[in-house]
Amino acid sequence: MNAMKKIKGQFSRLQGLSERRKNLIIALLALLFPPFTHLLLGMGANRWTQVANFFFIYASLGLSLNIILGYAGLFQLGHAAFYAIGAYTTAVLSTKLGIPILLLLPLSGLVAAIFAILISRPILHLRGDYLCIVTIGFGEIVRIALRNDASSLAFLGKIPGLSGFAEKVSGLVITGGPNGIFGISRPSLFGFTLRQQWHYYYLFLVFVALTVFAMRRLENSRLGRAWACIREDELAAEAMGIDTVQMKLLAFAVGAAWAGVTGGLYASWITVIAPESFSFWESVIMFCIVVLGGTGSIPGVLVGAAGMVVLPELLRQVLLNIQQWRMLLFGAAMVLMMVFRPQGLWPSRRVRLGMEEEESLAAS
Amino acid sequence: MGLLELRDIHTYYGHVHALKGISLTVEAGEIVTLIGANGAGKTTTLRTISGLERPRQGQVLFEEQETNRVPAHEIVYRGISQAPEGRKVFATLTVQENLNMGAYSLGNDKEAIEENRRRVFKLFPRLEERKRQIAGTLSGGEQQMLAIGRALMARPKLLMLDEPSLGLAPMLVKAIFQTIREINEQGVTILLVEQNARVALRLADKGYVLETGAIALAGTSQELLDDPRVKAAYLGG
Repeated sequence: MNAMKKIKGQFSRLQGLSERRKNLIIALLALLFPPFTHLLLGMGANRWTQVANFFFIYASLGLSLNIILGYAGLFQLGHAAFYAIGAYTTAVLSTKLGIPILLLLPLSGLVAAIFAILISRPILHLRGDYLCIVTIGFGEIVRIALRNDASSLAFLGKIPGLSGFAEKVSGLVITGGPNGIFGISRPSLFGFTLRQQWHYYYLFLVFVALTVFAMRRLENSRLGRAWACIREDELAAEAMGIDTVQMKLLAFAVGAAWAGVTGGLYASWITVIAPESFSFWESVIMFCIVVLGGTGSIPGVLVGAAGMVVLPELLRQVLLNIQQWRMLLFGAAMVLMMVFRPQGLWPSRRVRLGMEEEESLAAS
Repeated sequence: MGLLELRDIHTYYGHVHALKGISLTVEAGEIVTLIGANGAGKTTTLRTISGLERPRQGQVLFEEQETNRVPAHEIVYRGISQAPEGRKVFATLTVQENLNMGAYSLGNDKEAIEENRRRVFKLFPRLEERKRQIAGTLSGGEQQMLAIGRALMARPKLLMLDEPSLGLAPMLVKAIFQTIREINEQGVTILLVEQNARVALRLADKGYVLETGAIALAGTSQELLDDPRVKAAYLGG
């Protein structure tokens, strides 16, 4: 009797939930489900679990870039650099020192944040396209430095008195040059080591859910509002008492830290990383995820990540015989998007309003 | 010694010598106006006071402390806020959110923020009616109210207003200036930059006339209103 009452109570509580909440619960349950279908269907379906995992990685990268690009409005086309720094931090420390992955993740974020502060401090006064160009340069420098490893320090040998030091340094192997790093250990918790794609599916699902939750809190915090003001009008923001330089630096640091943690997760999942995994193209994909999805909008970024990661795979399956057309169709879709829906697939309220205002100004 | 004092301020935009030795004093509780034509240096003077421009020479003193090198965002904490030219409300934020941003310097002091908000809504009941409206959709006059209200949210000792009458209908100008007087009566010192010299001088206790980066005339409002040169140049005969 009592149990019945309890169940009834639970049920009515479920009914009392708003439509929004219910949809959210259904969506979460649906997200928990997919790997099981793959287990039932056999190994062939594993490939889709892998695609889903890539989706999670890019969703998290997109959300991290969204802090810089969406909230603070700073053009950043070198985000792959922070992703790389995080991945290499995890990879190097796990292979050389054997530190457990789960401890390395926060450290990867920290290292990426430190790099972000160091490089962004001198360039923060740049605006828009200029900032964009500098960040592209930074992204490339990181990639090339990883490829050259310490051998690039050989030039020190030309400086008199340093030749001995240079010889020692040039023999060092830290990043593994163009070959990258192999045999990165996998995360384990309480003696259970993650191996299968579907193990990672749940790890990443939890991580992305956590990210979304954190981003939502950030968006509505004092910090988030300060960023929104800077994005709209830097001078007015400063006149409100907002330290714009510090706030922009914070946006870079937080965004980079999150990309760094994601990089660490990626390294432990793939177990092999190389400089070419973090090329300029990766930065472009992240940029597109944010802009196509909807700048500053969390659901938008998720939709954007699905569009940039899952859609090409779907096209690959659907088109079968004409696979070589895949990227062409994809490119055309992107062009059409920007022409007919410049605010993104799922724009944030603020960006939508901003665009409407610009339009009405242009009309009048 | 006034609340705010400028001593021989020289400010440059690159090579352009925008302010050529401005000296002025604002006493606590006063309304002081800067009038002058376009490009005379009125806005630059405000920007120099609020720390957005650095003077190359001279001193800005607020409450007897030099603020030349204090960054703009810290000036707000010292007790100076401004409603910038062209209003510059955060167009995609609601009225309420805009006001909250004005209280940014108060941090998480909810009580003080709430009290300031009540005070602003009392001055501008219109803003309370529209508190959930997006600022970009307000009329020009309402945006000006919001810009002033937002500046008041930081509870400043000195409120600087840059062209509050810009682009507003005469009726609205009258209403806004009435409210400025009310704000002053509540104990806020006001430095007002205006092109509309007649309205400004009628409101202010004293005024400075700027011409090409220097002070051409100074005096009480009545003196300036009666001055033949001011009459000819700024009051339309």
